[in-house]
Amino acid sequence: MIDVIEALLHDAVAAGTTYLLGTIGEIITERSGVQNLGIEGMMIMGAVVGFGVTSTTRNVWLALAAAALIGGLVALVHAFLSITLRRNQIVSGLALTMFGVGLSGLLGKAYVGLPLPSKLPKFYVPLLGDLPILGPFLFRHDLLTYLSLVLVPVLWYVLFRTNFGVIIRSVGENPAAVDALGVSVEKMRYVCTFVGGVLAGLAGAYLSLSYTPAWSEGMTVGKGWIVVGLTIFAMWGPQRALLGAYLFGGVEVLQFRLQPYGVSASLLATLPYIATIAALLIGASERMRKRIGAPSALGKPYIRGEK
Amino acid sequence: MKIEVARREVPTRLALILSSVLSLLLALIVAGVIFLGYGVDPIEAYKRIFSGSFLSPYGFFETVVKAIPLMVCGVGLSIAFRARLWNIGAEGQLLMGAIGATWIALSFPEAPAIALQPAMFLIGFVFGAVWGLIPGILRAKFGSEVAITSLMMNYIAQRILEYLVYGPWKGPGEWGFPYTTKFSVSGQLPRLLGTRIHYPTLLLGLGLSVALYVLTTRTRFGFEVRVTGENPEAARYAGMSFLRIAILTMLISGGLAGLAGVGEVAGVQLRLRTGISTGYGYTAIIVTWLGRLNSLLVVPVSLLLGGMLVGGDAIQLIGLPFAAIDIFNGLILLFVVGGEILMEYEVKVRFQ
Repeated sequence: MIDVIEALLHDAVAAGTTYLLGTIGEIITERSGVQNLGIEGMMIMGAVVGFGVTSTTRNVWLALAAAALIGGLVALVHAFLSITLRRNQIVSGLALTMFGVGLSGLLGKAYVGLPLPSKLPKFYVPLLGDLPILGPFLFRHDLLTYLSLVLVPVLWYVLFRTNFGVIIRSVGENPAAVDALGVSVEKMRYVCTFVGGVLAGLAGAYLSLSYTPAWSEGMTVGKGWIVVGLTIFAMWGPQRALLGAYLFGGVEVLQFRLQPYGVSASLLATLPYIATIAALLIGASERMRKRIGAPSALGKPYIRGEK
Repeated sequence: MKIEVARREVPTRLALILSSVLSLLLALIVAGVIFLGYGVDPIEAYKRIFSGSFLSPYGFFETVVKAIPLMVCGVGLSIAFRARLWNIGAEGQLLMGAIGATWIALSFPEAPAIALQPAMFLIGFVFGAVWGLIPGILRAKFGSEVAITSLMMNYIAQRILEYLVYGPWKGPGEWGFPYTTKFSVSGQLPRLLGTRIHYPTLLLGLGLSVALYVLTTRTRFGFEVRVTGENPEAARYAGMSFLRIAILTMLISGGLAGLAGVGEVAGVQLRLRTGISTGYGYTAIIVTWLGRLNSLLVVPVSLLLGGMLVGGDAIQLIGLPFAAIDIFNGLILLFVVGGEILMEYEVKVRFQ
């Protein structure tokens, strides 16, 4: 029994890492007032570039860097459209997703069905990894999982305990005030959107280099969109993002675990999507209750001198 | 000579159309550069797409076949988008419509066509409408973003369809393929002679395009939809109910996508199976944006993008995957969105 629980927890964290990386990135982006619905596109570009670079160079670390970079670059397209040109962010994000899915299909055509020459290595943390339950849960993963875990307190600290974090949050809440202080709203939003893209790219690379590990067309199957939902569920806070990501990882794992008991695989596969809708409702209704949450200027372009 | 650039409140119709055409051209150029980097001659690829889709009679008929679902979905999306409800769930609503129609067709195979086919369209509309209504109500009641919820509903619909064709609805005589049995003759929509053009859906779509144009431009409801979309505050002050607008627009939008699904199963595939839609619901979003949320303009644009989808089959022959079409779609949308800034300004040239 304990093996089953250990395996379940381990797999939930493994599955949740993509969500956590993506959600942390989107929290940073949205806290600065930019909503990027193009996560799916950035994620899948990260997945294909990560796989492609590993295939050709056999160097996973180079692949991670490339995936992060491509995610950031794609995010810059969104930044240009939504921050500089002040266009509709929802449509721009959607366009980015379509473009990313299409381009990844083209780039990845040669890699379909190929084995990965070198997988992202796992680090078994000495001593801690030997603990029952907690060991497999948190200490027998690969670097990206640890990175995502470390990012949670780091993001919390930066957002809520540093000047830089105050500026990020203010740009999302009251850009005019920040502008009056002489801080460039546009520059801050560009930086946050780029960082969000970098993390989405890594989230994708985690899928193709560790979780799956392989490349197939459209392999993100809506995970980028789930991230957008999780950001709202997390109420733009890193701790709840951690909770949400592993909860969703758990739901995803559960669907494979329940299959042998005769439940339809197709119907079980709807669970993460139903859970996202439910999470949105919880996020939204709680938001109304506590009256905190969404950055006030989220999705609104900033024009100096206009309300 | 003096050149002035000034902000303009309302873009002219010419500026709107020009900017759509310009977006298309730019998308073609950028996609061409990508193809070039991939070792594919873009001029050759476009020639193939164009001649494959528009110059041969067979190609043109197929273009119309693909334009039908794009048009029907696009017309429905235009009203939701006018209310600023970002329904990107047309794909799922289409699939649900197909499921509804299949349910009726398989339940009453003996019924005469004159009763069966209207019933299939009706139930298809209802299934699609319900699928659209859910995100609409969640938006109005809980403030959840329609874009995200409607997209989630796409994945759910897709899985339900898979469940049905692999499970309870799997046809016994289909050699294990995930297909239902073929619809009885009375469940199959009539086609234009020698083509796959199922004209009842085509005519329905054309009629709905005009009807929605009248609805949005000539009625009080259409006025309320536009005000709600452009200025929700003003709409609230004027006593317009957001819940009512959200319900009605998402119901129409989802229902129309459902009708498109009926056309696909009853007019093209003649059975329910996986892969009945190659992303029509997503491509319809581009159709609607290029058509500037005008249901009349949606008609010619759907023909254009329908041709692109047929061309997508053609370019696979020269070594590009079908996904290359998504690159076009994404680029077109990016340029349409970005290009809108041009319409906010006017350039005046004065000679002195």
